[in-house]
Amino acid sequence: MTDRRAERAAARRRRDRRGLAIAAASTIIVIGGIAVLILTSPGWPAVRDQFFNAGEFSDTFGDIAKAFWLDVRVFCIVEVVVLILGLAVALVRSARAPAMFPFRLLATIYTHVFRGIPTVLLVYLIGFGVPALAVATEDGSTPLSWLPTEPVVLGGIALALSYGAYVAEVYRAGLNSVHRGQHDAALAVGLTETQALRHVIVPQAVRNVGPPLLNDFIALQKDVALIAIIGVTGEAFRQAQIAASADFNYTPMVAAALLYLCVTIPMAMLLDRWERGKARS
Amino acid sequence: MSPGAPVLRLDGVTKSFGDRQVLHGVDLDVGEHEAVALIGASGSGKSTILRCVDLLEEIDDGDIFLDGEVITEPSVDAVAVRRRLGLVFQAYNLFPHLSVLDNVVLGIAKGHGVEREEAEATARDLLARFGLEGRGDDDPDRLSGGQQQRIAIARAFAARPRAMLLDEVTSALDPELVGDVLEAIRDLKTAGMTMLIATHEMTFAREVADRVAFLHEGRLLEVGPPESVLSDPAEPETKRFLRRLLEAGRV
Amino acid sequence: MLKARLQFLIPLAAAAALAGCGSDDASTESDSTATASLDDCTPDKLETKADGQLTVATDDPAFPPYFEDNDPTNGKGFESALAYGIADELGYDEADVKWTVEPFNSSYAPGPKDFDFDVNQISITDKRAQAVDFSVPYYTAKQAIVALKDSAAASGTSLADFADTKFGVQIGTTSLDAIDASIAPSTDPQVFDTSNDVVSALKNKQVDAVVVDVPTAFYLTAVQVPEATTVGQFEAPGGDTWGALLEKDSPLTDCVSAAITALSDSGELADIEQTWIADKTDAPVLE
Repeated sequence: MTDRRAERAAARRRRDRRGLAIAAASTIIVIGGIAVLILTSPGWPAVRDQFFNAGEFSDTFGDIAKAFWLDVRVFCIVEVVVLILGLAVALVRSARAPAMFPFRLLATIYTHVFRGIPTVLLVYLIGFGVPALAVATEDGSTPLSWLPTEPVVLGGIALALSYGAYVAEVYRAGLNSVHRGQHDAALAVGLTETQALRHVIVPQAVRNVGPPLLNDFIALQKDVALIAIIGVTGEAFRQAQIAASADFNYTPMVAAALLYLCVTIPMAMLLDRWERGKARS
Repeated sequence: MSPGAPVLRLDGVTKSFGDRQVLHGVDLDVGEHEAVALIGASGSGKSTILRCVDLLEEIDDGDIFLDGEVITEPSVDAVAVRRRLGLVFQAYNLFPHLSVLDNVVLGIAKGHGVEREEAEATARDLLARFGLEGRGDDDPDRLSGGQQQRIAIARAFAARPRAMLLDEVTSALDPELVGDVLEAIRDLKTAGMTMLIATHEMTFAREVADRVAFLHEGRLLEVGPPESVLSDPAEPETKRFLRRLLEAGRV
Repeated sequence: MLKARLQFLIPLAAAAALAGCGSDDASTESDSTATASLDDCTPDKLETKADGQLTVATDDPAFPPYFEDNDPTNGKGFESALAYGIADELGYDEADVKWTVEPFNSSYAPGPKDFDFDVNQISITDKRAQAVDFSVPYYTAKQAIVALKDSAAASGTSLADFADTKFGVQIGTTSLDAIDASIAPSTDPQVFDTSNDVVSALKNKQVDAVVVDVPTAFYLTAVQVPEATTVGQFEAPGGDTWGALLEKDSPLTDCVSAAITALSDSGELADIEQTWIADKTDAPVLE
């Protein structure tokens, strides 16, 4: 008996080692092949100078990194707004009371419109449109002076409105994913509709759609770069553009991209781990 | 409320879902400390009756009375009524995102305004009483179906309802788990709980119920003590139903 | 876990490795004096993109006073006239000049170009000259400050008056550097993608004033934003010269430079300048 066991174990070990060797070999061949292809192409020296220029990188990285801090702050604040706004809209859309009808209608229009317009357009429209609304009237009074005109604020608002619509739909899917029986069970133990939502339905809904919410957050982190187009100079992408067009070199763009990766990759790994955890349970 | 008056009274209860009429003028009383077993084929309307009593569905005609007061008027506060009743479903009772203890605590803390500490003490006592001592911190999904149903029963009982409504609480369980849940219901009966129990378990009904009510296509065809309804039914439909159950080995 | 960490490190490692591969070559600087004579610069000798044709690029829209009616083929406007002048010196007929659109941001991308040379108010800098070829300069630009007539910025008389002004500029222009070097305002200027956005920002009072080169300022105040005025002009340290842009190590660079030098020597360049932009450079000089 033990002999056979030892034989099988040995065979398994041989098979594993073979698999490892094949994996290593194929990795070297494929990646090595790609590397050779790139590095020996005729345009490579020019591309290297224009995109991976060490001197340019060290000259511009400091400014871009400093500007990236603005990106981080913006997407953290906007994400909080988005999570709250999205949940509110989803709850309104799921409400069944007749008195809620006009709000349901507004919520539905909101989600359709703001998911349907590209985020970059929204940033543009709100970034330039709102200050245009707020100009003084003929006689010099400014009735709409309370409207925000700072491009960072306007850009943040545009991003929040756009992503709020996506997140509202994610929440709605989450709310629908909670079994109807849970709602009845909550009422049966004596909770009011509001208590049922708050203690039973919404917590489960949010847990169920955690991964898609995190996914949208990662997308938001990248779309923060869009506020550059309405003139936010202190933002990483814009800083990179300024440096790039001043020196005719794209390396600052690569630097900005690396900074984004520093944030989005850990998020993506977290997302993977979360999804694996859910799949197991 | 006059002594001897029924805890629950259904008077001509009629209910339709769209074009489909599910209940046709059901009349039924459940007296104090009485256990009435509700039997009938799937789709006969047993769940609907229980849901209507707990005001999860609105009836189309007739009245339902709890302790002599009508509860089916639109002006009645449904939440207050539900807090005096305890409805346990066939499945999806427990809240998976809360611990077992929190499941039991939530209703009495939020629904009845009991202080957190007192609610937790009550909950622990009940869990012990229903054979689930020490399980308070467990994740409900990790427990067996039978344990989950017993927790659901304990939770409904925690609020000391006037009556408990059990909707086929063992029908979704593996056979070897059914016994423990039936044992829990037996305990409730011993404790004097007024109950309306929809069930397929005829042996259990015979043993625990004071009366058995047979529902056929939304009509209460026969009501009486278990010895007559189950052993010597008067109605042909009742006979047919019981014979089918016998053939399926369920009696 | 190791695999996950590897995923994280690979892009960083790759970028570092690629940057490290090889040294930064100091690229050949374009000579500022033409070494070719125009005899060698004829259509049959020039290696243009299309045989017998000269392909010139600029951006779209193409603004006055550098082009008129967004139509480079009409020969009107400073750079349009300049381009046809260069073509003529090189021996091309008007009909042999073909125009193509090249957005500013792609004009300096590495690799072969669709054009023979690009005229788009592009300033010559040493760093830029490492990525592309420039001809000899054809214009020296000063910067102008433009503000709405009734604004506080409109009354400034010296550069120090603008210390707290919120400026707007277009990306890729030397205006941003000029502001930083000569004015150093307390708030960062806002940088926009296109000149249209800069104009909007001025109209909507998102910024107090904008900085553009002087000829553009006059078009702006004359046509686009009549309620604005050119407050003054100033020179950024180091100056600002414009040149035609060609792809790196283009065989045409010396000939284009020779053509521009010829136009300058003959006085034709001065005429073109006089016609299209000279009388548009009156504005108080700010110090």
